[in-house]
Amino acid sequence: MTVMTDDTLPATRRSIRDEMIVFVVMAALLASVPLTGIYPFFVMQALCFALLACAFNLLIGYGGLLSFGHAMFLGSAGYFTAHALKEWGLTPELGILIGTAGAAGLGVITGVVAIRRQGIYFSMITLALSQLLYFIYLQAPFTHGEDGIQGIPQGYLFGIFNLAQPTVLYYVILAGFLGGFLVVFRAVNSPFGEVLKAIRENEQRAISLGYKTDHYKLLAFILSGTLAGFAGSLKVFVAQNASLTDVHWTMSGEIVLITLVGGLGTMFGPVVGAFVIIAMQQYLAGFGQWVTVIQGVIFVVCVLTFRRGIVGEIAHYLRRSL
Amino acid sequence: MKNRIAAFLLGTALAFGAGSAAFAQDKAIKIGVLTDNSGLYSDLGGAGSTLAAQMAVEDSGLAKKGWKIDIVSADHQNKPDIAVNTARQWIDVDKVDIFMDVLNSGVALAVNNLVKEKNAIMINTGAASSDLTNAQCSPNTIHWVYDTYMLANSTGQALVKAGGDSWYFLTADYAFGHALERDTTAVVVKSGGKVIGGVKHPLNTADFSSFLLQAQASKAKIIGMANAGGDTTNTIKQASEFGIVAGGQKLAGLLLFITDVHSLGLKVAQGLNFTETFYWDLNDGTRAFSKRFSERSKNKAQPSMVQAGVYSGLIHYFKALEAMGGNPHDGAKVVAKMKEMPTDDPLFGAGSIRADGRKIHPAYLFEVKKPEESKGPWDYYKLIGTTPGDKAFRPLSESACPLVKK
Amino acid sequence: MQALYAQLLVGLINGSFYALLSLGLAVIFGMLNIINFAHGAVYMMGAFCAYFLLNVMGIGYWPALIIAPIAVGIFGMILERTMLQWLSGLDHLYGLLLTFGIALIIQGVFQNYFGSSGLPYAIPDELKGGINLGFMFLPIYRGWVVVFSLVVCLATWYLIEKTRLGANLRAATENPTLVRAFGINVPRMITLTYGLGVGLAALAGVLSAPINQVRPLMGADLIIVVFAVVVIGGMGSIMGSIITGFALGVIEGLTKYFYPEASNTVVFVLMVLVLLVKPTGLTGRATT
Repeated sequence: MTVMTDDTLPATRRSIRDEMIVFVVMAALLASVPLTGIYPFFVMQALCFALLACAFNLLIGYGGLLSFGHAMFLGSAGYFTAHALKEWGLTPELGILIGTAGAAGLGVITGVVAIRRQGIYFSMITLALSQLLYFIYLQAPFTHGEDGIQGIPQGYLFGIFNLAQPTVLYYVILAGFLGGFLVVFRAVNSPFGEVLKAIRENEQRAISLGYKTDHYKLLAFILSGTLAGFAGSLKVFVAQNASLTDVHWTMSGEIVLITLVGGLGTMFGPVVGAFVIIAMQQYLAGFGQWVTVIQGVIFVVCVLTFRRGIVGEIAHYLRRSL
Repeated sequence: MKNRIAAFLLGTALAFGAGSAAFAQDKAIKIGVLTDNSGLYSDLGGAGSTLAAQMAVEDSGLAKKGWKIDIVSADHQNKPDIAVNTARQWIDVDKVDIFMDVLNSGVALAVNNLVKEKNAIMINTGAASSDLTNAQCSPNTIHWVYDTYMLANSTGQALVKAGGDSWYFLTADYAFGHALERDTTAVVVKSGGKVIGGVKHPLNTADFSSFLLQAQASKAKIIGMANAGGDTTNTIKQASEFGIVAGGQKLAGLLLFITDVHSLGLKVAQGLNFTETFYWDLNDGTRAFSKRFSERSKNKAQPSMVQAGVYSGLIHYFKALEAMGGNPHDGAKVVAKMKEMPTDDPLFGAGSIRADGRKIHPAYLFEVKKPEESKGPWDYYKLIGTTPGDKAFRPLSESACPLVKK
Repeated sequence: MQALYAQLLVGLINGSFYALLSLGLAVIFGMLNIINFAHGAVYMMGAFCAYFLLNVMGIGYWPALIIAPIAVGIFGMILERTMLQWLSGLDHLYGLLLTFGIALIIQGVFQNYFGSSGLPYAIPDELKGGINLGFMFLPIYRGWVVVFSLVVCLATWYLIEKTRLGANLRAATENPTLVRAFGINVPRMITLTYGLGVGLAALAGVLSAPINQVRPLMGADLIIVVFAVVVIGGMGSIMGSIITGFALGVIEGLTKYFYPEASNTVVFVLMVLVLLVKPTGLTGRATT
């Protein structure tokens, strides 16, 4: 998506240093949340979505691939983790591992199919693939269809941390989010990330320079899917259920919305976007379907006049990369 | 529980602007009506359930005796995850004491877990699954109006006796449909009939043609509709398009509500047999309540049994609170008190609540009138049989509920 | 056997909707280079339009068949003029995002007022009942839907491939600058094309109202299947989308008979297979 990159500066040492400073501030702010009295459930939910959107942003913001089916990773990993915890009685760390690994496997399979087309077709294919999975999960016995998997035991992480304790759970989720965020950060600022950006700018040129662009795209897709799955596994401990909502196309749309609002191709945009959108849903929950309408309006406004997103605009104003 | 205390301290007005008293007074209660406000079950529960709750609060007269009662309501969209998230926030942040309606069995079973964990109360008047008082029973839950065991026992048995000995199920693919199919199958087999097959359809389906064609091909005498609300009315309407009833098969509505009959119209619905525990035109008590209800309801609708159950359940809840004199926040304790006291109200008559949480009252087998038999609007049912309360529900001797002492 | 024929008919009906919708998508894509995510929402608007005409103004099915597509088509043209036009020159993905947002708005507004369960729309008296063909029972209305959509599809194909207007349209797709040099108003042509595509979707909505009921989300799930149909067929040719649409409906019908559990997924599985064998789709050209 060439238009999104007008303001992207090359990753210099200075910009990386800027981003590290912001990262430390963000981590400190988030770590102090339990002291403020904000309902922790809300922040944990937002953190899971933030990580999910960061994973999604890796594809669209740096690889130029708009996936309209990222809910499939979120939901699938959620189901795998939930099943491992509830039916097999595994420990939380194993549950997360199974969920994330499952999402990675799913990323390999769907990635091979999806990267065969570019642009709009890529979006439609990922959407169709996630719908395929939705129908499979609707009918598969282990997901319990419409009822979902309920009452999932939270257990003790590494046998020590009691995840049924909101504060403990909060810091575990926060650690998971920060870890995932650093992985994305590392990937974007690595040679791998540079090649991705080159492909986004001009795939033909990247090919002529000798890069096997399909390999890079597939790798980015798998990495993004794995991280999205990790977010889905974490979310199971927060919500204590796994359901069809997380694989439905509306969820995929929400991920796109979060990233678009925050700023496509910015490091911190997805995080800001997640908090904005989740807060909006909380505050407006009483207005029923008007939430959907407002989300639609935000989409339209963002696309027509606000394509850089919140963080993108700030970065543009400060002439920094964030 | 540390969990609860932490949530208590953290859930402040900051995030959600709930300026109301976080530490409630002794005589303050909050009622949460969790229901389907916009979907296929919104006619039989929805806004009508909230109205019934308001009427119960007004009729109780508790406000004059110093009680402060608030009602909140939310749409769970028939999604268990949304329901549980809402319920958790209601308990943690808004301090809701009691959940009413909670229709949709999938939702009910999910909320049931949470309510038990957080020691709140659920009086379930909308969900059907008999598991709520069997394997999944809880000291915090009362199942008020009806359940799948009772429906199967009453309607299923009557249909087999009338010669419908081969069945094909059209089942809503979630907890409710599964439970209704399971319980009806047991009754059909016990009464000497047989089940030759079935097909599951997603909740909230618009086009039943391909499912109906499968049912038609099965050649079963009875097509048992283990679904409800909009799904059932759609099935009935579309069955006529493919000439199913004309071809000699009979549709059995295992769960129908008066609101369904109303939307189908008597011409389509006439002759259907099914079971309910409340009908507006049963006696003077039900007529008086229903008249007041319909005057205030949307489209002047008469109350469904789910909505009537919300009223009746709350009236009993208030009686228990008055007897206790205050301190209404220990859910299990209040429910225990409610089980001790006999129930009596104009809507469901005299009854009781069993140890497993099952509310006991008679079940009525109705037949939908022919258009020429109906004397006015909403005059739809003929009473053709009554099962007394002690025979209508699953006997305690068959119960798998751990609360039942054997 | 009777059940097989009946399921094939159900498949053909779904195929008609796939064909009408993917046809509209292809027409719009050809001219605007936009994948119209709002296509499902305008399909739903078509059905609601028929519902309003009947219940508010007492106008029946037959006039609705003409009025609803025109009304919704005009709505589409306004959308194109006020919003979509702003996106020319930007990446195509923005068109997808914008129309997705528009779809959310439309669906959300209708959900607010009508909930998510269906409103009944009766079959017109002329088409009530059914005929026993011996090998199957044919509800007349459903037969009518198949025949009528086929006629509309072929008429659209004729309009675009065989008339002068169509020739201009195709030329403008290939080279807008050159066509403008011939004195043809290209922006107006784009607007009209969008209106045509949207009108086709609305027409499908009216046809579907008596079968699927009028529901705010009736188009939302359908459109994803249609996307898969479009990926399978490729958007290169008008005839290609018509044939693919009907063919996939029939395949779905066959699946409902032989293995009902897979009937929801068969189109998507086919899409994966086609992508593995021929990534450009069955009739698609090599670009994008």
